[in-house]
Amino acid sequence: MIYGGGVDVGSTQTKAVLIDGARAIVGRGLIETGANVTRAAQRCFEAAALAAGLEPRRVSCVVGTGYGRYKVTFGDVQVTEITCHARGAHFLFPETRTVIDIGGQDTKAIKVGKSGEVIDFSMNDKCAAGTGRFFSAAADVLGMKLDEIGAVALRGRDPVRLTSVCTVFVESDIMGYLAQGKKPEDVLAGVHRAIATRTVSLVRRVGLEPEITFTGGVARNVGMVAALEEKLGSRPNVSPDAHFMGAIGAALLAVERAEAGAVAKPEAVQLRGWEDGR
Amino acid sequence: MAETPSAAPSYQGTIHERSRRLMSAWYDSLVRAGERNEPTAYTMISGNCVEILRSFDIATAFPEVNALQLAIRKQSLPFILKSEEMGYSSDNCAYVKADAGFTFSGGVGNGAPMPAPRLIVCNFVGCNVYIKWFEHSAKYLGAPLVMIDVPFLREREPSADDIRYVVAQLKDLIGVCESITGRKFDIDRLREICANSARAEAGWARSKELCKARPAPFDAYFDSINMMGPINVLRGSPEAADFFDLAVAELEACVARRQGPLPQEKFRIVVEGPPPYPAYRQFRDLFAAWGAVAVQSTYSTVGGIWEWGFRHDPRRPLESIAEHMLLHNLCNRSLLDRFAQIRRYLEEWQADALVIHSVKSCRLFSAGQGDMRAHFVGERGVPTLLIESDLEDPRYYAQAQMKNRIDAFFESLEHQKLTGSLR
Repeated sequence: MIYGGGVDVGSTQTKAVLIDGARAIVGRGLIETGANVTRAAQRCFEAAALAAGLEPRRVSCVVGTGYGRYKVTFGDVQVTEITCHARGAHFLFPETRTVIDIGGQDTKAIKVGKSGEVIDFSMNDKCAAGTGRFFSAAADVLGMKLDEIGAVALRGRDPVRLTSVCTVFVESDIMGYLAQGKKPEDVLAGVHRAIATRTVSLVRRVGLEPEITFTGGVARNVGMVAALEEKLGSRPNVSPDAHFMGAIGAALLAVERAEAGAVAKPEAVQLRGWEDGR
Repeated sequence: MAETPSAAPSYQGTIHERSRRLMSAWYDSLVRAGERNEPTAYTMISGNCVEILRSFDIATAFPEVNALQLAIRKQSLPFILKSEEMGYSSDNCAYVKADAGFTFSGGVGNGAPMPAPRLIVCNFVGCNVYIKWFEHSAKYLGAPLVMIDVPFLREREPSADDIRYVVAQLKDLIGVCESITGRKFDIDRLREICANSARAEAGWARSKELCKARPAPFDAYFDSINMMGPINVLRGSPEAADFFDLAVAELEACVARRQGPLPQEKFRIVVEGPPPYPAYRQFRDLFAAWGAVAVQSTYSTVGGIWEWGFRHDPRRPLESIAEHMLLHNLCNRSLLDRFAQIRRYLEEWQADALVIHSVKSCRLFSAGQGDMRAHFVGERGVPTLLIESDLEDPRYYAQAQMKNRIDAFFESLEHQKLTGSLR
């Protein structure tokens, strides 16, 4: 049996998935990325192999993805998480035409073709406004854990209106509302609504075509799924493996490469006779 | 490393070296003018009237070129910070901040010993920040300021009234030049200069035309900076015209032997927007890694779009200078006109995709680029990548994020190429 591995080194967490030649997910690994990215990638891959009951060397091809993909030093090839999330979403939900991926520091809207290929994409600019980091900041101010704010937000009946989705200014905004006596659930409902509005505006840039699949770590936040559903007018597909989607896509690509015998790393292209500017 | 005897000559031939020598000679001429107390001037690149200054032998420097040279040498940030300390907003044009910071630090130009200008000509008033830039420079450097009011291009062609209005102001400028130099205006000299301009413009247009070949003989975005020096800074000089004669001959030879800048031209792209000069080489490598070659670019036309046939006309020098100022300042044209330019590039140069590099610190140029992307993706079906950093301020450039977006774009293009869905 051929096995392919996908290692998605994100800004917050590193995820690894192993998929076999029958396209079954046989192992998963998840650890905090931390400062040593290469070590995180290695440990995560080993954890996935352990979960699958496989020796790591039996994995024929490993695709690295995410911001730390070039630190997957044992990997055979690197692919962006945009391509990987599209492939992963298509694998779990074959009718997916739009992917919304909200990770630790990126929000992406990806338009996907019938075979899971990327047709177009749009991302937040060089600013973490509206990403997972924003939720972390909001949870910190409220003294809550990140994984509980979604459920609290669902209880909000009178969502506040945030003046910005800036990850830095959200703290003062929330403090201001708390000082006015607003309930934490209403503040959090407002936080989720603001992010959903910003996300849907990003998605409109590539076109809102159903089915929509929500991926990335933030897809585990039930409050965010509900807020997106409200803004989109329909419920997006959400898999329990939403946060593994990049790694799943990478592992699928790895299996395909292994099957095609195309595991070798591509050669770097060199410019000829070009010098830096004057 | 020694070249093997069978290796093809560099695709750049002698173009890069000749351009470098011409630019050095230009700096030397500025320095000499300063030493001899001869008049020098500042003006801007886009849609300028440098032919008039040249007809008085006024050595001309360009604050935008000074700024970009600071950036490409990775020296711009301290001067940008200096400007911000003085009160320039962080949102202001980073060209302005780098040049102002350098000037207010006691320097002139780009780090080389350049003379302070004796005349400052602001040839475009559509950008309010540029107006203030030239006003501040004039006040600080104590030089007279001539501000030329160029009306916005409301139709595809400028009206006769627009042309008369600009010509009248050019005549005022001629009066100022006469008083500064103590010389009488010589229309025949101006005709000669316009003829040189037209010859260089034809050469640049032909060079761009050659990029219709497969592979394109040079990268019409990244390599264009070698040609933009002569066309923008030295336009009107016989040296610039000669430079392009040679460039065309070398590039035609490249086309004949099917030689391009990369071992393989996998993707043909059109690029809109100036490059991030503080990370020029890094940025270029991100495209080279995918075998992507720019076959056309809008940035290479900031001094004028010569490939549509416009030329300075020695028979009507002042009128053609005015027409050039009205038609060829990039920001003086409507967004739809800019769309049309890109559309022709995509179609006539047979490009696979459009890359828009948006400039964070220039809202005038960058406004509408979201619509531009939507237009080309939605209405034209052209794969389009919109990325953002800055042309001067290194703080806006993030290599990891840039690489992520560019890699994802070309991964998708590669897939479309493999499956035959790329047009």
